[in-house]
Amino acid sequence: MTIKDEIKKIRDNVYEIPGSYNRRMRASGKLYIDDESFDALEEGAVEQIVNVACLPGVFRYSIGLPDIHFGYGFPIGGVAAFNTRNGIVSPGGVGFDINCGVRLIKSNLRIEDIEEHLDELVDSLFKNIPSGVGSKGKVRLSEEDINDVLDYGAEWAVENGYGWSEDLEVLEENGRIKAADSSKVSDKAKKRGIPQLGSLGSGNHFLEIQVVDEIYNEKVAEVYGLEKGMIVIMIHSGSRGCGHQVCSDYLRLMDKAYKNYKIDIADRQLACAPLDSKEAQNYLKAMYAAANYAWANRQMMTHWIRETFENVLGKSARDMDMQIVYDVAHNIAKEETHDFKGRDMELLVHRKGATRAFGPGREEVPLKYREVGQPVLIPGTMGTASYVLHGTDVAMEETFGSTAHGAGRVLSRSQAKKDYNPDEIVSNMENNGIKIKATSKNVIAEEAPGAYKDVDSVVRVSDSTGIAKLVAKVKPLAVTKG
Amino acid sequence: MKKFEYFDVTADIGFYAFGNNLNEAFENAGLAMFNIISNTDNIGQDKLLTFEITSEDEVSLLYDYLEELLFYHEIEFALFSDFDVKINKTGENYNLTATIKGEDIDWDKHERNCEIKAITFHQMVVKKSDIVCLKAIVDL
Repeated sequence: MTIKDEIKKIRDNVYEIPGSYNRRMRASGKLYIDDESFDALEEGAVEQIVNVACLPGVFRYSIGLPDIHFGYGFPIGGVAAFNTRNGIVSPGGVGFDINCGVRLIKSNLRIEDIEEHLDELVDSLFKNIPSGVGSKGKVRLSEEDINDVLDYGAEWAVENGYGWSEDLEVLEENGRIKAADSSKVSDKAKKRGIPQLGSLGSGNHFLEIQVVDEIYNEKVAEVYGLEKGMIVIMIHSGSRGCGHQVCSDYLRLMDKAYKNYKIDIADRQLACAPLDSKEAQNYLKAMYAAANYAWANRQMMTHWIRETFENVLGKSARDMDMQIVYDVAHNIAKEETHDFKGRDMELLVHRKGATRAFGPGREEVPLKYREVGQPVLIPGTMGTASYVLHGTDVAMEETFGSTAHGAGRVLSRSQAKKDYNPDEIVSNMENNGIKIKATSKNVIAEEAPGAYKDVDSVVRVSDSTGIAKLVAKVKPLAVTKG
Repeated sequence: MKKFEYFDVTADIGFYAFGNNLNEAFENAGLAMFNIISNTDNIGQDKLLTFEITSEDEVSLLYDYLEELLFYHEIEFALFSDFDVKINKTGENYNLTATIKGEDIDWDKHERNCEIKAITFHQMVVKKSDIVCLKAIVDL
């Protein structure tokens, strides 16, 4: 018998790992996954759902989303909520790239408006937005500035001329978590953060010019301002070395803390501390600060994207209506109130490789979207489609208002390099009308679409289980990669 | 004896580093790490840095050492290809002094491979028998 034999199917694409599987479990496990992915699912990832379900204060379920795969400590594509009264926080439940996230910018442009300029647009974007290993941002910050970035996030960016004040209205948390405290961020993290602010990063991070290819829900698409044939721009990026260092610093600290607080954990990378402890409170303030860094980062890139379009197309960004549709964080933990049997529960919700998918009526959703639920942005991989969905009541009831975050990797980088020839990938993409610009050929082979799980199936499961419903499909016209 | 070798991890990459003693194995771990980022054969050695760390056990020492290398790579905007490590046990703790040599990044000259986001504790091992073998996985 393996752990997978213990799992019960509850309804189509939804499974439960009973709390009786393991004596130490304080909650059950739940999985949102289709049959094909269930068969292919690594047992290690299921064990990780169980390990998380054993942590103190875990509330109701430890959840695996349609893109679940093995992570360090916590699985990637997972959600777990902890009661703020007796629960914990764990840096491993957020991940190294704090507030890795996705932003979508719309426009009033159509393909014919940019067709002839596409090469120039890609080249300029690639030049204006630093990417790849060992890339520096274009801005030199002082030590004082970095504290402001960490404390004020996207607000700092807008105040310093990066973007428009109305941009802030359509960012998760308005681009700034107020409880952040830069004094809890180490000098090391700040030093890594200073040169990298305003850079995309590498690996699966990307910047794409896309076209809205299909609308699944006209009403919601209209609320989000999306229509078929519209040119949009998507950014997938995070908090760079600054966030990675915050995670590492506090993993080390929690490594000592969990022993002091006598918390029983199955894996060193589940290291955590009780929410009312000093260690936990300091981590939260530092993690929020790193999240703010990521929002500032994506805000600066937004500004340079607008500038690039202005320079190449000779029109103002306002005239091109280059407004932000939304910006989501998919590696974060946040204090939220959730309804449970008519009572308000105060929870710390960890989303690691998971997107918030708050449904209609939640006050966290921008006013103009509140009636239909928040936009959920799920990025594909190089050369494949990405999706816009909307948050739902089902997500609020079942997954603490969360859904998947993208396509998980299925092939290692070295296997991808063996299996794929970068020149072939580029010519295949070009035959499909997609331009690509990357810092190296290696990254093209490593990031081959075939090295990732099919994002189409991830969003299909999300839609069919109702934890976020499809609104629109966007497909890339041009990709820039680190 | 091989200095290091890589193994596959789905989303990331792992390595084993070998040495006749702890110092040498740590030095080779530095090489393994910078060969993920670039090709250490093409990295000059005109830049010199020294750092010191103290950790509570050998595994933590390996983690802290690799973290420190990543830190200097990012803030100095440099690649390193020569590592001189001295480890001493002082009471309950382990003390490490490293002198590392490398040069400033020039992507026209240096091979550009992967960005390392962070070091993980996942399956991290320091194994001492006839030789010393270290195992680490880094997050890409």
